[in-house]
Order: sequence, then structure tokens, then C-alpha cells
Amino acid sequence: MRLFRTTALAAATTLALSALAACGGDGGSGGGDAKTITYWASNQGADLSVDKKVLAPELAKFEQQTGIHVKYEVVPWSDLLKRILAAATSGQGPDVLNIGNTWSASLQATGALQEWDDASFAKIGGKDRFLASSLSATGAAGKTPAAVPLYSLAYALYYNKKRFADAGIDKPPATWSELVATGKKLTKDGKYGLAIEGANNSENAHHAFVFAKQHGGDFFDAAGKPTLDSQAAVEGVTQYVNLLAGDKIAAPGNAEYMQNESVRDLATGKAAMLLWQAAGTALKARGMKEDDYGVAPVPVQSGAPGQGAQVNSMVAGINIAMFKNTKNKDGAFQFVKFMTSDAEQKTLNTAYGSLPSVKAAQEDPAFNTPERSVLRKALAESAAPLPQVAAESQFEDLVGAAMKELFAQAAAGKPVTADDVRKRLQKAQQQMPK
Amino acid sequence: MTTTTPRLRRAGGKGAPPAAPPARRGAARRIRRGSLPYLFLLPALALELLVHLVPMIVGIVMSFKGLTQFYIRNWNEAPWTGLGNYKVAVDVDAPVGADLLRSFTVTCAFTLLAVGLAWLLGTAAAVLMQDAFRGRGWLRALFLTPYALPVYTSVIVWMFMFQHDNGLVNHVVHDQLHLTSGRPFWLIGDNSFVALLTVSVWRNWPFAFLIITAGLQNIPRDLYEASAIDGAGVWRQLRAITLPSLRPVNQVLVLVLFLWTFNDFNVPFVMFGGSAPPRADLISVHIYQASFVTWNFGTGSAMSVLLLLFLLLVTAVYLPVTAKLRGRDA
Repeated sequence: MRLFRTTALAAATTLALSALAACGGDGGSGGGDAKTITYWASNQGADLSVDKKVLAPELAKFEQQTGIHVKYEVVPWSDLLKRILAAATSGQGPDVLNIGNTWSASLQATGALQEWDDASFAKIGGKDRFLASSLSATGAAGKTPAAVPLYSLAYALYYNKKRFADAGIDKPPATWSELVATGKKLTKDGKYGLAIEGANNSENAHHAFVFAKQHGGDFFDAAGKPTLDSQAAVEGVTQYVNLLAGDKIAAPGNAEYMQNESVRDLATGKAAMLLWQAAGTALKARGMKEDDYGVAPVPVQSGAPGQGAQVNSMVAGINIAMFKNTKNKDGAFQFVKFMTSDAEQKTLNTAYGSLPSVKAAQEDPAFNTPERSVLRKALAESAAPLPQVAAESQFEDLVGAAMKELFAQAAAGKPVTADDVRKRLQKAQQQMPK
Repeated sequence: MTTTTPRLRRAGGKGAPPAAPPARRGAARRIRRGSLPYLFLLPALALELLVHLVPMIVGIVMSFKGLTQFYIRNWNEAPWTGLGNYKVAVDVDAPVGADLLRSFTVTCAFTLLAVGLAWLLGTAAAVLMQDAFRGRGWLRALFLTPYALPVYTSVIVWMFMFQHDNGLVNHVVHDQLHLTSGRPFWLIGDNSFVALLTVSVWRNWPFAFLIITAGLQNIPRDLYEASAIDGAGVWRQLRAITLPSLRPVNQVLVLVLFLWTFNDFNVPFVMFGGSAPPRADLISVHIYQASFVTWNFGTGSAMSVLLLLFLLLVTAVYLPVTAKLRGRDA
């Protein structure tokens, strides 16, 4: 009896201890092995399997060149930020990872990412290799960048050529008043002029940013303090929401779109125009041929796109970053160097329909298609980065959600006035971190 | 199910614990022997502490800290804020507190309706399935399907059905039956409450059905036969035999359904994505939003602690009260 009890006690204690030990032990993070690194890729293709198909041969090439094996995972956008935050909190993350470039300053503030000073940039060929506009979205102004530009994107106006021809419209609109007039001509018989992704918070916030710029303002002041309810912001958001609410050139149903239904509507012709970043590959995946859609710069209030109030796109894109507590810094540097090399930039961006962030690769004829030319011009001349401040992701979510509510109000048949917009934005402003 | 009865009785203060051992000589040995089960429970207890209590304590500690994105790498550096986070959460004049209160009210209304309907449907179906008939097994299996399907898949399908332009619901309600003048929106605006309620009831009633069906197996058939001889009709049997016999089962079932529904995260999150419409803004998603969207984990934790206290309170009141009611009726 006694012996049995002692054994039982010992067994119980061992079990309990081993359970504790299992939790305190190593939880991944590349394991500190010099011959492997872990990489979280973002979802750039039409779905995760496309990304795997694109990445696998390239990563094999990297292993061949350096002997470093890359354990990679393609993380969907809906999870990526949460995964990164969890990794930052626990200190257990990948060695290298992709981040949305608008998150750069927010993630920089957590201190989880390796800083890219000039010495670090020298290891991957120097800062001068990269596009200036893409570099502007790698961290807060005046601070050492927290990431390196990987894929670059910009917004453009995509239109369905057949719908335009049927309505006798020969050229895409260049200003918003032209867009509304064109949209009204195209809106009849259950078909609409414009498609809007009304329940997608980030899309909403991106458009809000551009419209606020065009009304001469911004969502943050020069000191980086949020000014979500500024006059320019109210005017900008009102104008954008009224494309559906007042001008009625977008279907009320767009107010609940959040899974790229608007891309589908353009492809099927249910809508004739769409504001989107590099929609080409997505449109082709939905059965459109390159000749079926046209690409034009996003409209402005008047005149031609440029800087200041003539901005017509955000600097969109994906950055590649390194976790500060990686145990294989050399391998990580080699990998970032590989991913930003001219050859890889060409291959990857061709596959994903995006633009290289490296100047030399951009000059390749592969990026001279009509679509790419419009995007390149926007990126080079008339794009501005979203505010690179620590509270940027809060801004996107609060303003994006406020606009979702405004679209819902419009869809229910109620008009949306500047006062409604101001009230929503004031509430968002009060919720911003102090 | 029957085994829960004595335990609950005791929790309610009814029924005495086993009588004390009569002889002192055997006491020591009995204690020694009595400790063996606890020893076997020790690993489970340690894991329970690790898996449940430690995160709870960490959450409570977090709620007193200003844990924002600037400190998530090193929590120790986050400043102590005392009751600051709680003040923000309960200040109903400011947007954060007002939203939390609204979300709480919505959740309460939603939970009452969802649990009530799920219970009603489950009980009705179980009682109707009580007598054997051809195809009963098939029907039972069919009824249980919603419960067996993965949450994500089924909710996504519901989401497609609720879509404004191409959804099946609008096709039936508007195009076929002409019940509404225009196509209503289900995923945004005020109707989102109805949409969420529908999906939640659809998901949960099979559980009620399953548990009640199990409970019905324990009611002796002769009670029904005896009552039939006494001239009791179906309604009388239901009220005098079935429902009273199910009472212990219902006590647990309703509590479990309440806790699940009140805390449900998956269904609203999959249906409405990042930001739920105000009418369908259930509290668990709301708290998630408050912490992950604004990256302020301190406030989020404070809200979670408040929610935990509320649920503890409900449980603490519910169990004794229902047990007492049951004791009085019995």
C-alpha cells in the first residue's frame, strides 16, 4: 500500500512538472539553427495556394545559393496582424516576415522589428536601390526604418470596356464630377456605374485618406496627433460615401461588400468602374481578358494628379521585416537581400501583378503593360503614404468602421449629410488612444 | 444526467453530507486512504491551474495596466493605471463606456431570445420524437446536423444566404413570397440582430434537443401509462410528468446554453468580420475589438474582468435559486 502510494505520488509529480516544463520550453522561432530561417509570407496571390506555388521554387533557389532552408508559411491578411502582435508579445516569432506597409510605424512602436540603419541597408545593396515613395512607408518620419519595401502597389480606376462602349463613353473620367456624370449614364436596368467595397474597413480608410487629402487635409496633424474629425476629413468622407448615398451610382448592396465582391461585379459587368489596387490578376482570375478592362488614374477634384491636394492614391504595398530577436540574423539578412534582388523582384512582382520596389527591376519591359504604367506613374508622382504614426492601424479601423455604418445608413435609404459624417468621425476621434 | 442531481442538490444546501465516521480508530486510515484520489487528481489540478487559472490571473493583472502597443514586448514596463481602465469601461457618458453598455444590453436581449428559442425548439422536437415511429432515427440524425457542422463553414453559408443582392433569404422572402416591399439588408443595419439570432438558434437548438432527448429516457414509461388510465391528455402529461421530470436536466441545460450564447464569439465574428453592426455587436466580439483594434489590451482586459464578474454573479444566483425552486416543488 505504502509503496503504491509513493509511486503514485512520484508519478503525479513527474506528470505535473513535465507539463510545466513543456510550456516553458522552446516554442519555435527558428530554433537558432544557422541553416534554417522561418518566414511568414503575406497572401499576394488569388489564394494561399497560388502563393505557395510562386514562392516554393524561389525559396528552393535561395537554399541552393546559400544552403539556408526557409520554413515558410503564407498567412492570410485577416490573421497576419494578430499573429504579428502575438509574436511580439511572446517574443516567439518568425525570423523574417511580410507586413502591410501601413502598419510600419505601428509595429515600429512595439520595438519588435529590427531597425534598418544605413549599415543594414548596405548589406542588401544600399538604400538608393529602392523607390523613394515606397521607402516613405517603412516607418515613422525621422526614425530609422523598421522594414524594407518588397512589393509596391497603387490605386487605379479600373473600368469595364464593354459597358463603356455600350453606353457610348469613349474615355474614362478624370475628375470626380466627370466620374459621377459617367456613373449616372452607366446606372440603369439593375446595373451600376461604380462598385464600392463598403463593409471593408481598410478599403474605406484608404479612400477616406485620399479624399481628405484632396480636400486639403489629413487625419493626423504635423505632430502626429489624430484629427479624425477635421473639416477636410468630413468633406472627403462625405463626398466618398455620397457616391452611393447621394449620387446613387453604386448599388445599395455594396454597403455589405467585404470579400472582394466589387471585383466580381466589375468582371461580370454589374458595375462599370472600380477603384482598386492592382486588380489585374484578380480580374483575370474572374475570367476577364487583358483587353476587357481599361485602367486609368484615380480621378481628382480638378486638374491633373500630383502631390498635395492632387494626391490620387496611397502608397500601397508590402514590406519585408526582420524580427529583432531572431537567432539567425545573418541568414535573415541574406534572405531579405535575396527577396529584394533585381531578379527576384522581377519574378515575384510579375507573378503577383504588383510593382517592384527596386528601381532597376521596375525598368524591366515586363512592367510596361498599360496597367503597370498607370500604377507606376501614380506611385512615382501622385501617391502619398498613409500617416506613418503609431496610431495608424487604430485610425484605419475606427474610420473604416464609421464609414461602414454610414454606408449602411445610405443603403437603408437614409441620406448621409456632412453632419452625420462629422458625428461619426467625432466619435472615432474620441476613441483614439490619447 | 441523473448523476448530476445529487450534486446539485448539495450545492443548493439540500441534503446532508455523508455522516461522520462513527469510530475514531478508523479515522486516520480513512483519511490516508481518502487522500489517494486527490493524489491522482493532482496532475489534472496542476494542468487546470496552468490552463485556466493562470491566464485568468494574468488577465486580471493586465486590466490594471496601461498595456498598449508600446509595451507589448515587455509587459513589466507597462505603467500601472490602478482603476483607470475600469473607469474608462464603466464611464457611460464617454463613447467607450457607452458602446460597452449598448453592447451589453444587446447581448442580454440576444441571449434571452436565443436561449429561449433554442430551448423551446429543442424541447418540442425531443418530445415529439419521444414515441417510436418509422424514420425517427433518421430525423434525429438530421436534427443534429447543425451541431455537427464546423462553425466557420456553416456560418459562411448563412452569410451567403443573408446577402442583399444574391442571397437565398431575400430570394424567398422578397422575390417568392413578396413579404417585404424592398430587399431588406440582413448583414448590416438593424436586421443584423435577426440574422444573428437565426444563426445562433439554428446552431444551438440541436444541443438542447440532444440533452432533452437523453433526459426523456429516464422518465419511466409506466408514469405515462398510469396517467393515461387516469384520463390525462397529452398536455396534462406534458405539464405534470414530462416537464417536472426534466427539471434537473433543464437547470443545467439552460445555464450552459446561457453561458455559451452570452460568450459566443465565432458566429458574430465570422458573420460580420472586424466590425459588427451596432444591433449585433455582441460583447465578446466587442471586447476583442476594444483590445485588438485599438491595441489597448489593458482596457480590453478590464472589460473581460467585468464580464467574468457578471457571469459569475449570474451563475451564483441561478444555481441556488433554481435548486430551491426545485426543492419546493418536489
